[in-house]
Amino acid sequence: MSEVVSQAESENQGIGAPVRRREDLRFITGDGRYTDDINQPGQLYAAFCRSPYPRVRIDNIDASEALALPGVVAVYTGQQLVDDGLGDLPCGWMVKSKDGTEMISAPHPPMAATVANYVGEPYALVLAETLQIAKQAAELVDTDFTELNAVVDLAHASGSENIYEGIENNLAYEWALGDEDATKMAFARAAHVTTLDLTNNRLIPNALEPRACLGMYERGTGDYTLYTTSQNPHLERLVLSAFVQIAPEHKLRIIAPDVGGGFGSKIFIYSEETSVIWAAGKIKRPIKWVADRSESFLADAHGRDHITRAELAMDEMGRFTGLRVKTTANLGAYLSTFGSSVPTYLYGTLLAGQYKTPNIYVEVQGTYTNTAPVDAYRGAGRPEATYVVERIVDQAARELGKDPADLRRMNMIQPEDFPYETPVALTYDTGNYEASLDKALEMIDYAGFEARQAEAAERGKRRGIGLACYIEACGLAPSKLAIQLGAGVGLYESGEIRMNPTGSVSVFTGSHSHGQGHETTFAQVVSDKLGVSYDDVEVIHGDTGRMEFGLGTYGSRSLAVGGSALMVAAEKVIEKGRKIAAHMMQAQVDQVDFENGQFTLQDSNQSVSIQEVAFAAYVPADYPEDLEPGLTEKAFYDPNNFTYPAGTHVAEVEVDLETGVVQLVDFVAVDDFGHIINPLIVDGQVHGGVAQGAGQALMEHGIYDEYGQLQTGSFMDYTMPRADDLPDFRVDTTVTPCTHNPLGVKGCGEAGAIGSPAAIMNAVTHALGNKDISMPATPEKVWRAIRGE
Amino acid sequence: MQQSGEYRISASRDSVWQALNDPDLLGECITGCQHVKKIDDEHFDVAVKAKIGPVSATFQAELELADLKPPESYVIRGNAKGGAAGFAKGHAAVRLAEDQGVTVLTYDVDANVGGKLAQVGNRLVEGATRKMADDFFTAFSKRLDPDAVATPSVEDARAGADQYENSGQWKIWAIAFGVLILAAVLAI
Repeated sequence: MSEVVSQAESENQGIGAPVRRREDLRFITGDGRYTDDINQPGQLYAAFCRSPYPRVRIDNIDASEALALPGVVAVYTGQQLVDDGLGDLPCGWMVKSKDGTEMISAPHPPMAATVANYVGEPYALVLAETLQIAKQAAELVDTDFTELNAVVDLAHASGSENIYEGIENNLAYEWALGDEDATKMAFARAAHVTTLDLTNNRLIPNALEPRACLGMYERGTGDYTLYTTSQNPHLERLVLSAFVQIAPEHKLRIIAPDVGGGFGSKIFIYSEETSVIWAAGKIKRPIKWVADRSESFLADAHGRDHITRAELAMDEMGRFTGLRVKTTANLGAYLSTFGSSVPTYLYGTLLAGQYKTPNIYVEVQGTYTNTAPVDAYRGAGRPEATYVVERIVDQAARELGKDPADLRRMNMIQPEDFPYETPVALTYDTGNYEASLDKALEMIDYAGFEARQAEAAERGKRRGIGLACYIEACGLAPSKLAIQLGAGVGLYESGEIRMNPTGSVSVFTGSHSHGQGHETTFAQVVSDKLGVSYDDVEVIHGDTGRMEFGLGTYGSRSLAVGGSALMVAAEKVIEKGRKIAAHMMQAQVDQVDFENGQFTLQDSNQSVSIQEVAFAAYVPADYPEDLEPGLTEKAFYDPNNFTYPAGTHVAEVEVDLETGVVQLVDFVAVDDFGHIINPLIVDGQVHGGVAQGAGQALMEHGIYDEYGQLQTGSFMDYTMPRADDLPDFRVDTTVTPCTHNPLGVKGCGEAGAIGSPAAIMNAVTHALGNKDISMPATPEKVWRAIRGE
Repeated sequence: MQQSGEYRISASRDSVWQALNDPDLLGECITGCQHVKKIDDEHFDVAVKAKIGPVSATFQAELELADLKPPESYVIRGNAKGGAAGFAKGHAAVRLAEDQGVTVLTYDVDANVGGKLAQVGNRLVEGATRKMADDFFTAFSKRLDPDAVATPSVEDARAGADQYENSGQWKIWAIAFGVLILAAVLAI
């Protein structure tokens, strides 16, 4: 440990420094404190009974045999939660159909009560003295089901039997964005139209740490505490309190300690955590639940799962004149917490990509099926949009006989076009897309590709190269706009900075870190801004009892929104400190400057440090009469626009003609994230994202069979990328600072997963001689394509 | 999912048919068989305790026989429940043909497997159920002819491989075979 500290101490640790993540030491030495590491005396263990059928009526639950097992304490059914007055698990974003009607939410009780609608949906909770007994008892619960016809096939779901009474064609909504008539006109006048059918494969999140919780109820006070694997504990408290009605907010504390990855899947409010905290109040004992991997596969919200037809209209020169997109999006059996917004506002709005396409029209059918709910997964809507745009642009280039890089370049929004208003509701503030493209092409040695291709051919391999010039919208933006568009919560973030009497700093953020490295990055920001030592700054997050409010971590927002809140709070600390310092130096406030942790009297050699000011604030022996003691400030920051990270990813693959195996042999990512606080962490985020994107492109696919059974329910059948599947990623950045937040940052958490699937699939398509196959490009599919099947 | 297969048994067709109609003999040939209960001529309840891959459970199967054409063919419809372990349901057509003094047993299964069985470790399930099937026919053949060993025919092995390549569902068939057909064959 001393080595790490001394290495860190010897270097600059402020903004821009590649500081090693301080949290990693505890993670890699086994000293992390995850939910399952926390135990309470007398705690019970929970196990869930889950529907083995995709759609059933629950006729009768006989728990007598389970209850007779020694050590079993209680069995609660979904119906008991409903009877106890608990509300449904709500969807947080109301999306309107194109005809103006509100989306139709399927009834979503906190645990399945009278019907179950996907395999793995929990319908009863068993509590026992040990985990083994709980699991054993769950198998003894005897349930009578009546099977109902399940709707599984997304392509035909809207013509199938209605899953829910009153939800015709199984559609939650038919959403549209853009000018339909103008787009139609553009197609009528087009010199060339490219059409492409695409599938965006269903993904299963697979965070390293499965979901877990420990629910507690304090008899004396009536307080509830829920330790849980959440990306946004305040949101969880809000929903459990206001909608599900577990307890009022002030009687409910949510703590998300160390959390081992989320990728979106831990944003949402699920049955298991909800029923555990409810049951803790009923039984008045602590209850622990930790999902096993099998439960994670079945019941974590899945990602993606789109079927799309896209059409691109061009003029004689190849300039894009219109883009028309029709997507069927699988929502699963219920609208998960943000399931409605992912294939609409986080997808359709990004279809302009980096291009000046003047007319865009998109329609999305949000479709219910008897499968696990689908919601945000790393990238959430933007990988799907990038996949549509970047695949069809590549296809168009092939059809027109143009170089894919040239066609992109010709259509790109230029630096002088900013702020650029797209036809799909966004205004990009800044960017330089050609700069990223140029750098990426140089790094991959685009000009030298043919030589590499020829060399690969000698080895019996077909080499392909693929580009993706992505854009994403991060730091989800103005609360007012989002609420107008149907969001049920604001999109600000809070931050609080407490200067302690001895000069150290406690920083509280409403954002949450579960692998992003906030404890390091945010400490860098605050130490830089306040001019205090990095080691004197502690970052605290993930506890509704310790920070006022917050909206957690999703959509690569933490630094752009949460970091900005801390910048505003730090500014307030400095402003108050300036008043204290002025008093200490017997000067006027406007005569005091602040820099590098020192308040300095202009035109003098007099100064006091921020630590001295903090001490004076808590030991106000000689202190301004009109000023409160203490040096603690907080801020809520509400962005006035999204941020728009963008970049170019280039993949090179080699296809083995004998086996169909695709090897990703080179990958270059050049991203524009605006200013960078910690390049080491940014690189790590890009690497992780690209690995996940490579997984989607080449391996991962959540598959239900025609009967609605999950066929990929374990790592035996759901392939995840491993280190030896991946090349050394080569990553670099270009910088156009965000124009509207105080750090000039844009967000880097998802970009890797957004650009890479399209780049890799374009490379595979190129290698196969322009033969289009669907993701993931498994050896079998590629082998068949090679054989002309 | 559908699957076909075939076993060659070194005994005459009549003796195979008779053996298939001897519940006691069948019960002894299947590992883990707990009981075969005849409800009437066409309905049986069967309980088999099986460990299939990582899933171990007692499967309770309700079976119905139809289209009985001794000694040539019959159809079994079945519904096997393993509680939390999952379920299998479907039907199988079984045919017996004579070929140079050997009986060729062929079957076509159409089954739906669900719950943990469908979800967990399909590859393990494949091996476990194939072993169950092979064990059964080995024991069954030995009862008919102590020197004989039942073997899947070459065509069968090839058909299985093709099916695997074509649909990826070969393993699922194997589960269906394990929990449904074994129990079904047992019940005749």
